[in-house]
Amino acid sequence: MKITLRIWRQKNASAPGGFDEFPMDHISEDMSFLEVLDQVNEKLITDGKEPVAFDHDCREGICGTCSMMIDGTAHGPDKGVTACQTHMRTFADNSIITVEPWRAKAFPLIKDLVVDRSAFDRIIQAGGFVSVNTGGTPDANAIPISKVDADAAMDAAACIGCGACVAACKNGSPMLFVSAKVGQLARLPQGKTERYARVLNMVEAMEKEGFGSCTNTNSCEAVCPKEISASFIGALNREYFIATLKGKPVESAAGGG
Amino acid sequence: MLLLNFFRSSIGLKIIMALTGLALFGFTVGHMVGNLQIFLPKEHINAYAAFLQSQKELLWGVRIGLLVMVVLHIWAAIKLTAMNAAARPVGYNDPGKSATKATLASRTMIVSGVIVLIFIIFHILHFTVGSVQPQFYGLHDEAGRHDVYRMVIEGFRNPFISGFYVISVVLLGFHLSHGLSSMFRSVGLTSPAWRKPQELFAAAFSGIIVVGMAIVPIAIVIRLINPTF
Ligand code: HEM
Ligand code: FES
Repeated sequence: MKITLRIWRQKNASAPGGFDEFPMDHISEDMSFLEVLDQVNEKLITDGKEPVAFDHDCREGICGTCSMMIDGTAHGPDKGVTACQTHMRTFADNSIITVEPWRAKAFPLIKDLVVDRSAFDRIIQAGGFVSVNTGGTPDANAIPISKVDADAAMDAAACIGCGACVAACKNGSPMLFVSAKVGQLARLPQGKTERYARVLNMVEAMEKEGFGSCTNTNSCEAVCPKEISASFIGALNREYFIATLKGKPVESAAGGG
Repeated sequence: MLLLNFFRSSIGLKIIMALTGLALFGFTVGHMVGNLQIFLPKEHINAYAAFLQSQKELLWGVRIGLLVMVVLHIWAAIKLTAMNAAARPVGYNDPGKSATKATLASRTMIVSGVIVLIFIIFHILHFTVGSVQPQFYGLHDEAGRHDVYRMVIEGFRNPFISGFYVISVVLLGFHLSHGLSSMFRSVGLTSPAWRKPQELFAAAFSGIIVVGMAIVPIAIVIRLINPTF
């Protein structure tokens, strides 16, 4: 197939940016989107030009690094997949595909399609620790946990921290991410001990990063490559409200990371 | 300190927004039911209005309460909207497309909200203060009561006035079509099982509000209710 990639190029955070067009021929339908970007870069390198900077690592949808807006949709038009799992058969022949970086104040641009997502790391750090017993491998099912809770925790744990929720949200809100992390640990016996301090600290860290607020538009769950339900956001709001009423149990132990 | 953090956090502000929005919605439902008395003989709505006016303490309690709700709702709306606008200094190539699957109502809450606010101010000037159409305001019925029936009917016979009311009420319904399901999640009273029923609740009640409110000016402007004064 024949396609044209319209890619955002920007040398660094302070340089002006703009779209560059790359017409590509002989693209196989079975290629992944990142493989096409590789081809663009090979050509650029052969021509002695600067390749397009983009984040990628596992290329199988588990690391969450490949952050990009493809034709206005975070991770591209396919549902429930990351950019690296997007295949060219998703696009029509002769289409022009616009590729942009995540746009959020809390995710400052580094170069081209690469943004700095360490804001997420700081939120995770603020979540603190989980109390577990050390020693020998525990017996399976030694700690009873209901199937409902196990399933919900598993759904939340699918979050790979890619940042698509922030990127797609009209407000740049990270609530789906935060709610997945809080929701996972609050449901499991191993995370319950610190649950109230955790949610207070994580929300406090979230507010410091310059993200927007959640207005329940549900864009986040529509683009989430792990299809995490926006209902977790309701659970986060509830958890935060209850934690505020209960107060911070151990002020410093779980605080700050 | 913790409580202060709560009210400064976006989650706390959203809870204020949801609770004040719920209070305003509750009032709106009551107001709608009261309005529908326009379809009954004129004694009913005039007696109802006279009854409300006679309960001064209650009347002013409700008025002050509503004012506080509106002010809090708008204060939270302004703070959150400013925060959201600052969160994306550089936008996308096609911002409409990037907000995947977000409904138009959810993307334009501040617009529908501001129009509703303008409408509320106009509405108070019109029927409470009486400064929009003063010629219909100071009238009294045979029993010496404020003639609300005549004020409303003569007022809505003007197609510009009734048209503005209908448009505003449709926008209020639009605001509520998102707001009434959003508020459940904002206060944390939701779960995957409750999600659909709550969305249905929002759709149903925003529809009921639009129909129940708009039917009054429409019935009058098309002369379905057409008394001679
Ligand atoms: C009769 C008047 C009004 C009613 C009944 C009402 C009702 C509601 C409700 C129920 C919500 C949902 C709260 C939530 O999302 O958790 C809401 C949200 C909101 N309202 Fe209102 N509102 C009214 C007037 C206004 C006005 C005058 C403004 C603007 C100045 C406004 C702006 C907003 C905004 C920005 C939101 C948040 C949107 C979102 O969550 O996506 N509202 N309103
Ligand atoms: S590169 Fe790891 S998820 Fe895409």
